[in-house]
Amino acid sequence: MQYLIDNFFALTITGVTLGAVYALVALGYTLVYGVLRLINFAHSEVFMFGTFAALWVVMLLGGKGGASVGQVVFWVAMMFLAAMAMSGLIAILLERVAYRPLRKRHAPPLIALISAIGASFVLSETMGLRGKIAVWVGLDTTLAPYVGNARNNAGMPEIITPQPVFTIRDYAVTNVDIFVIIGAVAIMVLLDQFVKRSRLGRGIRAVAQDPESAALMGVNRDRVIQVTFLVGGVMAGAAAVFYMLKIGITRYDAGFILGVKAFTAAVLGGIGNLRGALLGGFVLGLAENYGSALVGTQWKDVVAFLLLVVILLFRPTGLLGESLGKARA
Amino acid sequence: MRSTMKIAVPVLTAAFALSACGTTGGGTTAAPAASGGGSAACDLKIGMFGALTGPNANLGIYIQNGVNLALDDYNAKHPTCKVGLENYDSQGDPTQAPGLAKKAIDDKKVVGIVGPAFSGESKAADPLFNEAGLVTITPSATNPALADNGWKTFFRVLGNDATQGPAAAKYIKDTLKSTKPFVMDDASEYGKGLADIVRKDLGSAVVGNDTIQQKQTDFSASVTKVKASGADTLFFGGYSPEAAPLIKQLRDAGWKGTFVVADGVKDQSYIDNAKAAAEGTIITCPCVPADVAPDFQKAYKAKYNSDPNTYSGEGYDAATILLDGIAAGKDRATMVDFVKSYDKKGVTKQLKFDAKGESADIKVYAYKVEGGNIVSVGEIK
Repeated sequence: MQYLIDNFFALTITGVTLGAVYALVALGYTLVYGVLRLINFAHSEVFMFGTFAALWVVMLLGGKGGASVGQVVFWVAMMFLAAMAMSGLIAILLERVAYRPLRKRHAPPLIALISAIGASFVLSETMGLRGKIAVWVGLDTTLAPYVGNARNNAGMPEIITPQPVFTIRDYAVTNVDIFVIIGAVAIMVLLDQFVKRSRLGRGIRAVAQDPESAALMGVNRDRVIQVTFLVGGVMAGAAAVFYMLKIGITRYDAGFILGVKAFTAAVLGGIGNLRGALLGGFVLGLAENYGSALVGTQWKDVVAFLLLVVILLFRPTGLLGESLGKARA
Repeated sequence: MRSTMKIAVPVLTAAFALSACGTTGGGTTAAPAASGGGSAACDLKIGMFGALTGPNANLGIYIQNGVNLALDDYNAKHPTCKVGLENYDSQGDPTQAPGLAKKAIDDKKVVGIVGPAFSGESKAADPLFNEAGLVTITPSATNPALADNGWKTFFRVLGNDATQGPAAAKYIKDTLKSTKPFVMDDASEYGKGLADIVRKDLGSAVVGNDTIQQKQTDFSASVTKVKASGADTLFFGGYSPEAAPLIKQLRDAGWKGTFVVADGVKDQSYIDNAKAAAEGTIITCPCVPADVAPDFQKAYKAKYNSDPNTYSGEGYDAATILLDGIAAGKDRATMVDFVKSYDKKGVTKQLKFDAKGESADIKVYAYKVEGGNIVSVGEIK
């Protein structure tokens, strides 16, 4: 307990940083659930592809530590562009290949769930076997730095060297921490405004509230669903950039644990509810850090999931309640 | 009758071993060896059991390279009676190990196994090998408790963590002169076993303990703990996929102490991923530096275009023992006794086993990451 009090700020700030990444990925789960009433279990791989896109673009541009501010800004901008494009593309592909054909045939939701899990394996293994795939197309030597050691960790050059900016009590808050937290919050606000104000956002809300009436009012459901997947993917891409800046190492199965955590965050906040996913992400990130401070690091997942169970016992629909439509109506 | 058998077997074994020595020395005298082997079939195989894919694949591949080199040597000398290699790729995963062990046992052509490479998978697979009487020589599993199970088929050609752990603790105490060591493990069979020995040896000096999980990527809670403890040295018992992000996050948070790890991290991917943060890391390993066995180093470099890496030499030695057994006409049933009484100089050490299957001659070396390379800084005595 004393330890928690002594290191309160260190645990809080790192917890919020991690929570921001959870929250951004959780948005993807929650958005898709809102319009389709379906858990997109392959969303974790959408995130994982984003981390690789961010990594590859930095390698391609020859990113390294100690560069000028202008260069770093350029690299980070390119990371966002590449990761968001890659994740958005994978998310749309996923919808086209794994979900739309099933929806057309009115398959029950359980089938879509299995399809999602299958797609998740396919995507993760595709990344894990990228070395072999490169051999098939004869590009293994040209692309060696990108596809070699496909099942190992892939580390990124540290383009932003973490430097303490200011100190709260004992904890030196670094420039990376600040960038991740502010950047994530800015993107969340943007998304919130997009869903609230834009025409497409209105479409998303309409389909979430009542798909049939929305169709009668002339909302193109397929298009709305596609946009939803795209937006979720872009958010995962942004999360991937923050993850690579903070953690800097990814792997073909890096999405799995993060996906489980983000899904938990979405449920914690109330699945289908955008602000719920954000709150859930931050709560989970903090709970993990406080939990590991109180009872030991190896118990951090136990504490986090215990919290989930307790909250769901008292608020079965999550902290902020379910439904994208209602919360925004 | 029984008593004569008891004497006859070792005598015969020794005789075969001698004939094997004769042929390996000669090169052109392969024909007598084949006839000396008598009934020895010519389609025998040895197995390579370990992570060949997956996040820990590098360690498995380094071993496999050594094994392949030993096979090349053997097959060059026995062109009419070649030995094959069967790979059992466990990905280092204990849950996959028993299935692969059964597969190896069912393949009657397999007369011996190099591996299992890791301690967790050894614990899962070795009882099956013991039951089937299929000999295993591990070039890398270092958990001490493995030798305490009474498995007749268990051998290892390197020191266990009961020697590596104290050596690491000694290095932290005597060479680094650490007054505030922090000990962390990854809760694996290997990592926790090793860390517990280091904890015991460092005793009351330890300023903090922590356990992380394999596949974890965010270590912020642990980083906070290490920094809050004021530790000047951190010992981590675990593998490189976790060690790389851990040290990176520690350095990012401004921790300046010395990072000490063991053989599970002695792999190029650690440096590739942790990059600058890996600099100065101390790695203990009961594996010999490349320059201890120059001939082997030269042969390895010629084939793979790189210096021998962690446990390549041990893999070579383990395979050589089995191949000598095959040359001496041993089959699966008689191989165990052959290995038990083996006593020859290998590339890493004198290859000889005690009653529990432990290597009789053990040395632990310290390595340091310098300028992106793992360089030897000498034996820990």
